[in-house]
Amino acid sequence: MILSLALDDLACIRGERTLFRGLRYSVKAGETLSLEGPNGVGKTSLLRMIAGFLAPAAGIIRLRTSAGDITEAELRGKLAGWFGHQDGVKPQLRVREQLAFYARLYGDGDAGETMERFGLAPLAALPGQYLSAGQKRRLALARLTLMGRPLWLLDEPLAALDRAGRALVARTVAAHCAEGGIAIAATHEPLGVDCETLNLERLA
Amino acid sequence: MSALSALLTRDIRLAVRAGGGAALALAFFAAVATLAPLGIGPDLRLLSHIAGGVLWVAAVLAALLSLDRLFQADYEDGSLDLIALSPLSLEEVAFAKIAAHWLSTGLPLTLLSALLAVLFGLPPEATPVLLLSLLVGTPAVSAVGSVGAALTLSVRRGGLILPLIVLPLLAPAVIFGSGAVEGALEGTANGAFYLLAAYSLLAVTLSPFAAALGVRFNLAG
Repeated sequence: MILSLALDDLACIRGERTLFRGLRYSVKAGETLSLEGPNGVGKTSLLRMIAGFLAPAAGIIRLRTSAGDITEAELRGKLAGWFGHQDGVKPQLRVREQLAFYARLYGDGDAGETMERFGLAPLAALPGQYLSAGQKRRLALARLTLMGRPLWLLDEPLAALDRAGRALVARTVAAHCAEGGIAIAATHEPLGVDCETLNLERLA
Repeated sequence: MSALSALLTRDIRLAVRAGGGAALALAFFAAVATLAPLGIGPDLRLLSHIAGGVLWVAAVLAALLSLDRLFQADYEDGSLDLIALSPLSLEEVAFAKIAAHWLSTGLPLTLLSALLAVLFGLPPEATPVLLLSLLVGTPAVSAVGSVGAALTLSVRRGGLILPLIVLPLLAPAVIFGSGAVEGALEGTANGAFYLLAAYSLLAVTLSPFAAALGVRFNLAG
């Protein structure tokens, strides 16, 4: 059970440039946070910091759980579900194979049921190379729910999706947070979910 | 365990499907090993003496062909992020990828070498030694290669830099591997096979840690 994610005096330096500093923010379980700001302001970098890929130049990221606080990057990553701006869809593997792989890799998801829920069942036998950009996003979203992680990190989740796809993202994120999860999304458009907004531009 | 085998089977599947590189490595190995006797001529005594060395060099180069994509393909399409966040540690991920590469490339190369040895007129008593040396030595090629693949995963055209990093480190495998075949030809026990086994064991044990370090560094980039 996670209780909250606290960003404490976080700074991000990429190359020689300071993207943001003095970032303090806290997201409670059940909340959605939308990261905003123009390109290059550090939205993706912040998501990668929270996932534990990138070490912050200063500050601490603290994940409060019912079993105690987690500050170590690698442990935090094991609670994070990643939805990057790249789809991670393999052209040679069938839709069914890709979902079954992540279900086994992450533990105990039900790939068949998830495929039904995301309308991917008719595409199950199709290799990834024949999917449209929107279908790949749908597959990535299905994969995210399959991972069963409490902390969702979404980078441009609405890109390449049609109206029904956007509604699906909004419903999925809302359902995740209603179950006590946290979702943090970097986005240029309104998510369509009840959420807090953090604009990184003011911290530059 | 289930997660590790999931990654292993997926990587083998990717390697043997179109564009995966396993078949390419085998074809390259066969082509080089066929051309060498044509270039050298029909001196069977000479051919049988260089068989071990030529086949070993060809096998190492063929295995390197597909190694540069070991992490890079997953890095470029974002899969590596998802694999890194999975319950597996990066060391386990590297180990699974090394094992998958060996099973889809090193092992078939070893089996194919039995056929190619005929082209060199390698005597029947030396052929099992060649096979055994490749069987024991090619895991080291996959393992050491994975370190190079991890270091160059974000480098464009890293496939060209990879051999420069990896080939010097693989010199012992080639020396001991062909040495073992030479020993069998001359009927002398020279201990090369045991040195090869020791080298391979060391490489397979240590490489996953080095490769994981390289991947971690590149994911932060």
